[in-house]
This record gives sequence, structure tokens and C-alpha cells, in this order.
Amino acid sequence: MRDVAVVSFAEAPSARARDDANEVEILLPVVDEAIKRSGIGRKEIDFTCSGSCDYLAGAPFAFVSGLDAVGAWPPIRESHVEMDGAWAMYEAWVRMQHGDVDTALVYGFGKSSLGDLPHVLTLQLDPYYVAPLWPDAIDTAALQARAWLEAGHDEREMAEVVARSRAAAASNSNAQLAGSPTVDELLAEPYLANPLRRHDCPPVSDGAAAVVLAAGDKAREVCERPAWIRGIDHRIEAPALGGRDLTVSASSRKAGEEAGVDGVDVAELHAPFSHQEPILRDALGLGDDVDVNPSGGALAANVMMAAGLVRIGEVAKRITDGTAGRGVAHATSGACLQQNLVCVMEGD
Amino acid sequence: MSEPVTVIDTPMRLDYRFTPGRAQSRFLHGMGEGKLLGQRCPQCGSVYLPPRGSCAKCGVATDEEVELPDTGTVTTFCVVNVPFYGQKLKIPYVSATILIDGADIGLMHLIQECEASDVHMGMRVQAKWLPEGDRGPTMESIEYFRPTGEADAPTESYEEHV
Repeated sequence: MRDVAVVSFAEAPSARARDDANEVEILLPVVDEAIKRSGIGRKEIDFTCSGSCDYLAGAPFAFVSGLDAVGAWPPIRESHVEMDGAWAMYEAWVRMQHGDVDTALVYGFGKSSLGDLPHVLTLQLDPYYVAPLWPDAIDTAALQARAWLEAGHDEREMAEVVARSRAAAASNSNAQLAGSPTVDELLAEPYLANPLRRHDCPPVSDGAAAVVLAAGDKAREVCERPAWIRGIDHRIEAPALGGRDLTVSASSRKAGEEAGVDGVDVAELHAPFSHQEPILRDALGLGDDVDVNPSGGALAANVMMAAGLVRIGEVAKRITDGTAGRGVAHATSGACLQQNLVCVMEGD
Repeated sequence: MSEPVTVIDTPMRLDYRFTPGRAQSRFLHGMGEGKLLGQRCPQCGSVYLPPRGSCAKCGVATDEEVELPDTGTVTTFCVVNVPFYGQKLKIPYVSATILIDGADIGLMHLIQECEASDVHMGMRVQAKWLPEGDRGPTMESIEYFRPTGEADAPTESYEEHV
């Protein structure tokens, strides 16, 4: 395998509704900053890959307008996934393994405020038997949370995840929700979709994120301490909610085994709902000594199509600045942790 | 029970509340005032109308606003002959891409006040605005474009913008 590293990361501050900006106006300064921080010239970037979703804005070809932020003239080598930017990064990493491409720009963006996000996400469910009933993203997550509780957990564990996320987000200026609620205060809140309370669910966020990847000597040349990708893998499970055990994440476990999650100091888990964090910790075998979601995680800011890439950027940032030696980032897609990507990074 | 199910109905509807952002908001407010407001790239000088806040070629923010005239050249067009529900215009009618004088990208609009068969590439046209009180922040503040009767624009003046 060819050594590839994350050499820079930038993100827009998450906001409930960026009425002041279109997607390109949100994305452009983020792409600009990631490129500047990388120390690589814009025209030196060999490959560009993005993650976006047309359903968020209800308009076709979101990725084409996203390219207005890149400067795709003369024509560039470019690709896109209708998924979180974490999968765009996976594609860029695979592309870089071919050996003829040394640098890549990867970004993801989403302006979810334009639609009714929980119902937009209904459309990712089975179109014949499930979507016509219109369960939204909160309903399906609540089914999963109920199954997980019945498997021997309690709501206190969920509130503890939220309290830790809110406290951690206080030191993340890009986060949307921060604070210092106690577990008892959280448990006193009413249910939104029993057993989920509002704080067990992610905020609706507008924003964008970008990373720059570089291979081998190029990475060493531009970055003092590149975050080397030591393992990256993604796995998917059956879409039918009744077709898999919702209380565990078999695909995360398998991806974690393939990526080699061991000896990590830090983990950024894309767990949009509170009960999903312990499911993922268990699947990835993370012990109590691992610092989980020091950014606040997806409960503090959850930009669709970027939140997974943000997890990678957050871990990479900590490796680059020397606060972590080895870390794992996770991204999820689909209902109830259907598809999962695991990326292990390490400093020299 | 022997009849196969061949069709099922699963109605779906999603509502969106579009917010256009800075550059497009300026453009739309301009439409309400009878002005075409574009933006110029600080790097290559390209003028975008409608603007989206960035130069697609350079990938930089386009902060300089440019007011453009309401005259331009037809770069390409199609004659609509297909009737459809809710159609407001009598067929055949013409939908065209119009390169506004001073702009570097074409604007899509209708051509009226001439036979569909008379519309051609290079034809000079001007906006027919709604009366002042009826305009708003919408493309429909221009009813359509109509021929000015000037001589055709030379091909070289628009061939890079087709």
C-alpha cells in the first residue's frame, strides 16, 4: 500500500440555517482554507472528490454547483459520491493507490435547512414497504434505541453520552450545541420519540468540510507531522431494519478489524444519536482509555455529507498538532448505522 | 390472488424553503428594480449573470458587483412544440440562451414578438420588463426578450459563450 496522509483540514462553523449563503458561498472559504493550510498550490492538486446529496436542497446536481468553489478550469480530474465526504476521501485514497496521483482535495457540504431533514432521510428507506409509511430518521433511530435498551442498557448511558458531548463541544468553535447539562437534568427532559429525547438527536446543520491528502514524500514536504492513513475500510449491511441486529454494528466491527483499530488514543465516532456511540465503541473495541469525540461529535454538529469527513479531519488535526499519536475516525450512512467507514491514522 | 401486482401507489411530497444566499439575493432584488446585477471575477475578469458568488473557472469569490444593460445576443435556442398541462404560452414558442452584453455566461429566457421561425443565433434582443409596480425578486420581472431590429452580432462576439 502506498503511504497517504491527511495534511490539512478546514470546516465551516455549523449553523442551524445559513440563510445568508448558498452552498457555494458556504463551501468556497472552506476549500480555500484547506488548500492554503496544505501548502500545496491549487493548480498542483491532482484529483478532487466531493460528497453531497441532491435531496438536501431538493435540486439536481448539487455536486456540479459545488465545483464552482474549486476552479475547475482548465478541466480537472474530478469525481463525486452521493454520500458523506468520508466516502469521497475513500475514493481519493483508492485513486492515489494507482500511483500517478500524489495530491487530492476532498470535500463534503450540505445545507439541510432548506428541507425537512428527518423526512428527507425517509427516502433512503425501502421504497415499497417502509418509506410509504413515512417513518422519519428520528423514528427509525428510536426503534434502534428501544432495541438497544431492551438488550440490557439504560437511558442514563445515553444521557451520559450527551452530557460529555455538550461539554466537549464547548472547546470546539465550529460546534453548534455546547453546554454543561447534568445527566439528571437531561433525564428530566420530555421524550421526543420515546426513548429518544430531543438532546439524544443530532441538530440540523448547514456547513461544509474539506481535507487535503498527499502521498509519501509530498506529504512529508508540506507537513511537519502528516496524519498517515494506516487503514481504511467500509462495510454495509442489509437495508431492511428487520433484517439485522440493530443493537450491534456488525459492519463497523468488520471495518474496524480490517482497518486495524488498536492502540488508538483518540476516536471520533459519527454517532448522530446518543445510543449509537456505545454501540460503536463496542463494535470498534474502544476501551475507557480512549478519548472519544473530543470535538463533541455529531450530537454537537451534524452537517449531512460532511459530518463523517469532519470526524477524519478532527482526528488528523490532533495527530498533526501532536496531541494524539494514533487515532480512529468513523463515518456512518443510511438508517440506524447501516453503512460504516473506519479510518485509522497515525503520526510518524 | 393469481393476478400479479403490477403497480403500487406511494405518494411522496417534500417541501423546501429555498434561501438563495448573498449573490443571488442581490441579483433577485435587482430584478425587482429593473436592473441586471452580475458579479465580476477579480482574477480572470469573467462576469457572471446570474451570479453565484464565485468564479467557476478560478474558484474565487466574486465580490465586485456589475450592473449590465438589458440587451444581448441569442447564442442558442429551441422551438417548443410540445403541449403540456399548465402551459401559459401558445406553441410554437422559443426558449433561448441570451448572452447579455458584458456578461460571460448566458441567461435563459423566452423570445417573443416575432415568429418562432425567425429566431436565430446572433439575433440581437432586449428585455421586455413588467410595468414597474408589478416587478419583484423573480426572473419573471422580465416577461420575455424581443428582437431589437439591429444587425446580427458577429459570430466571433459570442462563439466562446455558446
